[in-house]
Amino acid sequence: MANRVVAWIDQRFPLTSFIKHELTDYPTPRNLSYWWNFGFLAGIVLVIQMVSGIFLAMHYKPDTTLAFDSVQHIMRDVNYGWLLRYLHSTGASAFFAVIFIHMARTLYYGSYRAPRELMWWTGQVLLLLIMATAFMGYLLPWGQMSYWGAQVITNLFRATPFIGDQIVVWMRGDFSVGDATLTRFFALHFLFPFLIFGMVVIHLVGLHTVKSSNPSGINLADKDNIPFHPYFTIKDFYGLGVFMMVFGGLVFFFPNFFIESANNIPANPLQTPPHIVPEWYFLPFYAILRAIPDLLGGVVAMALSILIFSAMPYLDRSRIPGGARYRPVYRAMFYLFVANVAVLGYVGIQPPTPTLAIVGQVSTFIYFSMFLLLPFVSRKEERWLRARGLPKAVHDLLDSEAAKAKGDRK
Amino acid sequence: MSDANTINDPERRDFLGTVTAAVGAAGAAAACWPLISSMNPSTDVLSKSTTTVDLSTVPLGELHTVAWQGKPVFILHRTPKEIADMEASQGGKEPEADQMRVQKPEWLVVVGICTHLGCVPNHNADGWLCPCHGSVYDNSGRILHGPAPRNLEVPPYRFTAADKIVIGEKAGGSSNG
Repeated sequence: MANRVVAWIDQRFPLTSFIKHELTDYPTPRNLSYWWNFGFLAGIVLVIQMVSGIFLAMHYKPDTTLAFDSVQHIMRDVNYGWLLRYLHSTGASAFFAVIFIHMARTLYYGSYRAPRELMWWTGQVLLLLIMATAFMGYLLPWGQMSYWGAQVITNLFRATPFIGDQIVVWMRGDFSVGDATLTRFFALHFLFPFLIFGMVVIHLVGLHTVKSSNPSGINLADKDNIPFHPYFTIKDFYGLGVFMMVFGGLVFFFPNFFIESANNIPANPLQTPPHIVPEWYFLPFYAILRAIPDLLGGVVAMALSILIFSAMPYLDRSRIPGGARYRPVYRAMFYLFVANVAVLGYVGIQPPTPTLAIVGQVSTFIYFSMFLLLPFVSRKEERWLRARGLPKAVHDLLDSEAAKAKGDRK
Repeated sequence: MSDANTINDPERRDFLGTVTAAVGAAGAAAACWPLISSMNPSTDVLSKSTTTVDLSTVPLGELHTVAWQGKPVFILHRTPKEIADMEASQGGKEPEADQMRVQKPEWLVVVGICTHLGCVPNHNADGWLCPCHGSVYDNSGRILHGPAPRNLEVPPYRFTAADKIVIGEKAGGSSNG
């Protein structure tokens, strides 16, 4: 009977061939490490956020007079409301943690290089969409930190030349963050996950065209690929188990770890809290914003600090495969960059002092110089590695690729 | 024009195609306008655009904060010493005479939003200090130092009586709503 149903569907819809092509026959490099689990985990967190979010929306009220109390109502009165909310608030942090690791893996192994530029860029769009969604969602509890975070971030758009003030009023629908702002943020916070979902589909269609990168950085021969299912479904689910232990631990034992205590005070438009901090995942970018002692300059630097990632396929001019693994100088730069981001995060969370302002400025300088030095460093490094002597197989590969590139041009 | 060949002229087809696309694009842009406009402040928000304040309740040397268009407005009843100090100085980053910023020297009326990123500065004896990023303003609301680019904004306001002002109306008398 089941076979007859499948046969009936297959005549009308490519069900079996789709499963075969995308799962049971889909070739995946056999040498993928656990660093390749994080794309799958990001997908799972998206599902957690969408499911918990839709059920929260059934109880939440996007109205300045009701919003704060409706969150308390969810926490105290709604059956398992506390679970829905803690899943959602912890899930936001988990999303960024997973995405940042996913990006760090891409940077470390050079997975952004040809032919995977579009994977990197669709991922960049996903990052921006997730940031926008998280920012708008953070206003909804209508606490002091929600309110002043939204106030400060919408104010950044004042830096727009000529029409800055009008843009800010238009975005808020009021002269300051108010009821109109809250309602539209709720509407958009509900919409954006569906845009993210669509973008994930595009990201995956791209992936299934160019296939996964792998730690060696070399496109493997057919014999070195194995089917995604069952080998990597198992590996991904094992990683999911580990992830769920950490995530569950936070949700059930430290649910307030990521919730700023000032957000337990209802929003007050006439009183700024003594110390405003954004959520941890925005801290490095916030530190860059504060490092520039000029509003427009700070906003431009903050935007560039995220957008500059998309230039990576062009900034990295080395052809040595395998990313940082076989490139000592690039590897050193990678670790310096990660450490520097951590310093920026620390500066971002502290109240501004003259010493920290200088630390922030030096870190911002290092952040951008890593990108801007890369074209020269990567070229020099490749020459040095060649002179030092590459393994013969890699040498032959580079020669054959160079010959192929020459042939294409003719 | 009656030439039969003109009908099959590819340039005419191209022209019609371009014109159709242009009209379609203009129509789509026009259809977006109501959507974009709907996000601007609605009429009930705009109708709250003035605030009337009775100044007789503000003692000398005290600060009174009122809400205007949802934003805090500082009303400082300045002492003769403060007035003299402020009139003697030109401020800092954005020099401006104190006389240009007040209608009556004893009443300073400024929007209580830091011109840096929109926090509300806290008042002290010498002026204001913004808790967010440390901008310092004097008792005329002028920026002395810190990241803020401009002096605290002076809202449009009008004295309707000796001790009554309407914030949101220009001093000339016409409504700003």
